[in-house]
Amino acid sequence: MGFKNEEDKKAYWHANLMLMAKLLTVWFVVSFGCGILLVDQLNTIPFFGFKLGFWFAQQGAIYVFVALIFIYMHQMNKLDKKFGVEEE
Amino acid sequence: MDIKTLTFLIVGASFVLYIAIAIWARAGSTKEFYVAGGGVHPIANGMATAADWMSAASFISMAGLISFMGYDGAVYLLGWTGGYVLLALCLAPYLRKFGKFTVPDFIGDRYYSQTARTVAVLCAIFVCFTYVAGQMRGVGVVFSRFLEVDITSGVLIGMGIVFFYTVLGGMKGITYTQVAQYCVLMFAYLVPAVFISIMVTGHLLPQTGFGATLADGSGVYLLDKLDGLSRELGFHEYTSGSKSTLDVFCITAALMVGTAGLPHVIVRFFTVPKVRDARKSAGWALLFIAVVYTTAPSIASFARVNMIETINGPTIDAQAATGTAYSEAPSWITNWEKTGLISWDDKNQDGKMFYSGDERNEMKVDRDIMVLANPEIADLPAWVIALVAAGGVAAALSTSAGLLLVISTSVSHDLLKRNLMPNIKDKAELFYARLAAAVAICVAGWFGINPPGFVAQVVAFAFGLAASSFFPAIIMGIFYKRMNSQGAIAGMLAGIGFTTAYIVYFKFVEPAANISENWWFGISPEGIGALGMLVNFAVAFIVFKFTADAPKEIQQLVEDIRYPQGAGEAQDH
Repeated sequence: MGFKNEEDKKAYWHANLMLMAKLLTVWFVVSFGCGILLVDQLNTIPFFGFKLGFWFAQQGAIYVFVALIFIYMHQMNKLDKKFGVEEE
Repeated sequence: MDIKTLTFLIVGASFVLYIAIAIWARAGSTKEFYVAGGGVHPIANGMATAADWMSAASFISMAGLISFMGYDGAVYLLGWTGGYVLLALCLAPYLRKFGKFTVPDFIGDRYYSQTARTVAVLCAIFVCFTYVAGQMRGVGVVFSRFLEVDITSGVLIGMGIVFFYTVLGGMKGITYTQVAQYCVLMFAYLVPAVFISIMVTGHLLPQTGFGATLADGSGVYLLDKLDGLSRELGFHEYTSGSKSTLDVFCITAALMVGTAGLPHVIVRFFTVPKVRDARKSAGWALLFIAVVYTTAPSIASFARVNMIETINGPTIDAQAATGTAYSEAPSWITNWEKTGLISWDDKNQDGKMFYSGDERNEMKVDRDIMVLANPEIADLPAWVIALVAAGGVAAALSTSAGLLLVISTSVSHDLLKRNLMPNIKDKAELFYARLAAAVAICVAGWFGINPPGFVAQVVAFAFGLAASSFFPAIIMGIFYKRMNSQGAIAGMLAGIGFTTAYIVYFKFVEPAANISENWWFGISPEGIGALGMLVNFAVAFIVFKFTADAPKEIQQLVEDIRYPQGAGEAQDH
């Protein structure tokens, strides 16, 4: 049971952290970035009937959040299989 | 049938459903009582988490809040959904692998310290009581308006129902009732929203109607119309905010991190069978929450246009509007005047109502009216109004039950079993869990009937506390295996101490000084939890530098929770 060797264990954890870092960067950019810090700049761009920054803050970021969790789930399940540490 | 009979029927039917589920899913062991036996399907758990999360405040107040705040309302939308990303990526799978019953369990075992456990138990109980007091009040308000009973009877009925299925069913009963409650509340939220969206913009989906042109043939976008109205009536522009960027940033961060640290949300991820299911379940939970949270800002904007046009009279040029004569006011205004949520003061004696953000204003409008009266404002059929009542009650009941369970678990499991009476038998522990739930319901009911004036103030507190205590301690516990008990305890105490001092000072000691000029870096008490979290991390690392690493067996334990295999079921002790 568990990892074949120490290297595998390190590699698995490293891959997990890299995936988290990528997804959390997107998480930060759509919410704190587009929705808050850059909202005034983005608001000059029209997006259907919305101003783009306002849309990110009240709609867009939430859709991205949902997608992020499902992507994480999918990638992690693949990673578990690759290293043979998935649940029976 | 009139509205009152319909409301009785629909709310009554939902109660029968909840009680039937409770009898079917009653708990026989502590494991069923605490984590539903650990066998809940991830999608069902997602729904239950969503119902657990969406409180009476989300259901009744959030759209109204956004309606009055405009862009700034995004702090709630982002804060209360973004936290689930943190939860899914950084906490849920690892805590599930760890496989105990509660958050204090994790903190106590990971930091091999009864002090850490006790600090965590006290925080958990405080956070939950803060919340539940508001929920019971919510039940009372909904009942008193729709069933025309007084608030006290409303709270008592609510207490009775929650008592029945929490004490009997424990987590198992609660989980399956929450699934039903989610369906009721989502349906109740969406039906009026879809009706109004079609009416105002011709779009079926409120999410797209939000960004569409008005259906009155003018070709003007809804949000442009709203910005125009806001400018002419002396409000700040709807799509831009009035808070400082840093404050919006901090409030959002505090709410996100607080969400990820709230014990009644975290505990839901102990109820699924596998680590894989914990990941999946977080995704479903956020999807179910997002359905309501992307609808709320749409409702907010529709309701605002509707309300302004009803009160000021429909005219293209808001400047020229003089108001609607009170004698011709629609019935919802007079209906809701009785509850005190809306009032009119004819300052210029012209017999007409007028709503604005400057000295011409004659109306006082409570934000809660936006969801509760929306079906009436939009002239929807009576059964929709009854449905909204059932939805409000479902939201309040589901959240109260989840919170009461955490309180009872904290007392019977963390305080008695793990601290004071380690040899207690399963049967006796179950009895104490039920007793604690019953006592907690009575205390919560008392707060619902005699609401302390500070309920609204302490909600910020609950999030700030969760953000500055639980979240950093759990994160370090998982991602930094050398972190020791001294560092974690010092960090928690510093985080809580800092956050508490700031909030207590501005909310209770010097409420008059609660203005942005006096805030540190312009961060309001609502957002200070974000800074408290940083204080927690910083203090923990400084203390850690001067003390020994966590023992080898603890580091081994941390390595074990980092991969899913061998999770098994939630462990007994």
